Amino acid sequence: MTTTLPVYTKKDFQTDQEVRWCPGCGDYAILSAVQQVFPELGVPREKFVVVSGIGCSSRFPYYMNTYGFHTIHGRAPAVATGLKLARPELEVWIATGDGDALSIGGNHTIHMLRRNVGLKVLLFNNRIYGLTKGQYSPTSETGKKAKSTPYGSVDRPFNVLSLALGAEATFVARSVDVFQGHLKATLRKAAAHRGSAFVEILQNCNIFNDGAWDSLVEKDVKEDHLIQLEHGQPLIFGKNKDKGIRMKGIDLEVVTLGNGVAESDLIVHDERHPNPAYAFLLSRMEALPGFPTPLGVLRAVDAPRYEEGANQQVQELIARKGPGDLAKLLSGGDTWEVK
Amino acid sequence: MATAEAPTRKRETIEQAVIRFCGDSGDGMQITGSQFTNTVAMYGNDIATFPDFPAEIRAPAGTLPGVSGFQLHFASGDVYTPGDAVDVLIAMNPAALKMNVADLKTNGILIVNTDNFKEIDLKKAQITVSPLEDGSLQGYRLFPVALTKLTRAALKDLGLDAKSMDRCKNFFALGMCYWLYNRAMDATDRYLDDKFKTKPALVEANKLAMKAGYSYCEATEAFQTSYEIPPAKLPPGTYRNINGNSALALGFVAASRQSGLPLFQGSYPITPASDILHELSMFKSFGVMTFQAEDEIAAMTSAIGAAYGGSLAITTTSGPGMALKMEAIGLAIAVELPMVICNIQRGGPSTGLPTKTEQADLFQALYGRNSEAPVPVLAPSTPGDCFWIALEACRIALKYMVPVIILSDGYLANGAEPWKVPDVSELPDFKVKFRTDAEGFMPYLRHPETLARAWAVPGTPGLEHRVGGLEKQDVTGNVNYEPLNHERMVHLRAAKVAAVVQEVPDVVPAGDPDGDLLFVGWGSTYGAITAALRSARGQGKRIGHVHLRHLNPLPRNLGDVLGRYKKVVVPEMNMGQLVWLLRAKYLVDAEGFNKIQGKPFKQSEIEAKIEEVLR
Repeated sequence: MTTTLPVYTKKDFQTDQEVRWCPGCGDYAILSAVQQVFPELGVPREKFVVVSGIGCSSRFPYYMNTYGFHTIHGRAPAVATGLKLARPELEVWIATGDGDALSIGGNHTIHMLRRNVGLKVLLFNNRIYGLTKGQYSPTSETGKKAKSTPYGSVDRPFNVLSLALGAEATFVARSVDVFQGHLKATLRKAAAHRGSAFVEILQNCNIFNDGAWDSLVEKDVKEDHLIQLEHGQPLIFGKNKDKGIRMKGIDLEVVTLGNGVAESDLIVHDERHPNPAYAFLLSRMEALPGFPTPLGVLRAVDAPRYEEGANQQVQELIARKGPGDLAKLLSGGDTWEVK
Repeated sequence: MATAEAPTRKRETIEQAVIRFCGDSGDGMQITGSQFTNTVAMYGNDIATFPDFPAEIRAPAGTLPGVSGFQLHFASGDVYTPGDAVDVLIAMNPAALKMNVADLKTNGILIVNTDNFKEIDLKKAQITVSPLEDGSLQGYRLFPVALTKLTRAALKDLGLDAKSMDRCKNFFALGMCYWLYNRAMDATDRYLDDKFKTKPALVEANKLAMKAGYSYCEATEAFQTSYEIPPAKLPPGTYRNINGNSALALGFVAASRQSGLPLFQGSYPITPASDILHELSMFKSFGVMTFQAEDEIAAMTSAIGAAYGGSLAITTTSGPGMALKMEAIGLAIAVELPMVICNIQRGGPSTGLPTKTEQADLFQALYGRNSEAPVPVLAPSTPGDCFWIALEACRIALKYMVPVIILSDGYLANGAEPWKVPDVSELPDFKVKFRTDAEGFMPYLRHPETLARAWAVPGTPGLEHRVGGLEKQDVTGNVNYEPLNHERMVHLRAAKVAAVVQEVPDVVPAGDPDGDLLFVGWGSTYGAITAALRSARGQGKRIGHVHLRHLNPLPRNLGDVLGRYKKVVVPEMNMGQLVWLLRAKYLVDAEGFNKIQGKPFKQSEIEAKIEEVLR
């Protein structure tokens, strides 16, 4: 492009619409982070499209001064796939939630990831249905007492990252609504990824599931309960940076540095590891006693993008066969003349 | 090819014939029928076909559920239906004979493969005594032919295994029929050359089997008479043989060219609509993007996404898939984006009769969504009309910024007729202009006549805006829950669809412009009603026929026309849906005439109805 881009600020991506999330909702922080990152991406504003489904998170497009499409429950990935196939040059972001993406829209989510459509997916995970006022969600912990489960839920939750990795997502990351710096850095990495970029954002619903992530994100516990993944850096965590993770057989093991355990024994994080089993192991840690919950980019690998392949096929056929001739097509096959 | 006839043979010129090939699903009856159809169509006969096959790909061989049939009506005059009764029946096994012989005319020709009438074959067809021996076939001209043995004998020098040889026996039967109707085999030769390009042995085997069948008739003198059906007097032009699904596919490619927009198809495989996806996926050099979605909902919503991006978007399905798409169609209505949804109707409810035809999704198309959610609904009358209906649906969708539903059905989808290839320069032009001017842009500002909102596609500087399924304020498109605004928007969306009546020509009844009886039909009943009307009017009755291509909105003068006849009868392959609509809308005492058997109306059934009503 020869034309110079306007210099954007956060303000350029804000709309005049009154934001209608509950005061104190984690969604505000996510909106603010996105509005700060978009101006940095070097993309003309008119090329951005924010697509959403249904749920609190899915009101997102109304507050972004870009093209926006608030679709129906669960279907944002399918709408966005159609849009991206038709217009691969657009920068299409999806705002979705745990119910929207993993329950009613689960099928579209896995197929979008399988195809590696060049879409950015922000999954706001608050482990609850907020907009319908407090039912348990597919990420709620077993035993969750909610409006529809007064005696506790009995089904197992999805591990969001494992699910995405199982669908062979090429970019899988996790961040937290209140960790603004980390969130913005993660969004920048997602923006730079060329295939489906899947970002789970741990988000607090202060009305129906307040404190769902407190055990991870509160100041006094986060150092011990979270591990920040940095590409090329060893897996170290803990208040005193004295704990690390190493391989033990085909499992991971938490070790304390010292007493014969050196940094060189630890796993060096490789988000581009060709074997998805590595990222999958990381995604399973949070369920294991004594293990930290991973934040950051678990996996970022290159793979052909669906919309690119599909459009390339069309272009190749046009080049090979010449642009379609309608008259020839209509009279194709066996014909006869009536005089 | 030997064409010289034995001098003792008679060649009789007749006006029309109905022939049906039937056998096991694995016997190649659809190919045999299509080949015969193609040959007679190219010769210049008018035709109508009725392929009738089971939902199972291969039910156990030789059983009743595995029977597949292909019927062709061809004539030197106009043909409107595949024919009620059959002149020639080719039955490849006892099950096929049992399922089909009732449709054979008295004294009709019956060709039977006697090699498939062993005890085990009879048992599979649940027959105890062979119909070849129990005298039950006395009323027909029975030609027992050892098709399998004769085919093997013909192919014995090719070095093929028995199974491969036996697969050619349908072409032996085809060769017999070519002799019977004095038709050349070169079109089928060309088909075989192309079809088995990489397997020359199969080309040779099938050609040889076909020629052997032809020669068999020539040599054995089994048949004393062969028939000649002269070409039909169709309007001048170039013709091809076409079925409804192909015609829809071509219509959408044409609409893409005429609108200047790339075509996007989001579809999920479903019988009997899948062929549209198969066809369009071959037309990529026309800039066609086909997307086989993960489910019916994604098929519909991907089309919405593509329409949002500025493509001419379509989705194709059948009833069960339509049910799944409904919420998303509601979204398309709310965001007012143009697209076309094709429902190739089949028998239901639920999975129902996947390969059989029905017209019971009219109410679904009109009223199947939550809340007040009207859309224009169109229905093609013949296979060839599917081309024109696709163009018309796209034109309306783009002009009014509205999703449009096309109701075709299994009978139109697979049935074929000669189709006059249109001159591309005479197709309607409906080039689309996107909104690019930011000055005064409002997402829901409307065109005064069509009430269409502007189409502003992502990527256009200065027109950034949000759309969605929540109710929106008139003009601005902002989310709005005010009671009076909602009522206004409901009325606006309805008024927009009602305004499509500007595109709907007044109906002109076929037959008598007033009189005793008016038939009102829609969709694939066109042929049967037309044929019945022609024969009944010859008997001095005053009957008219209106066939609706636009089911919503209905033509402006329809109410007047209904009032010009003493009786109104509405034949439909459902429990009476259009008739319900006409009664409600026009307070007319219309009567339903309904058939729900997974089969199209016969001409004789409509004729009997005329007799009954006008008695």
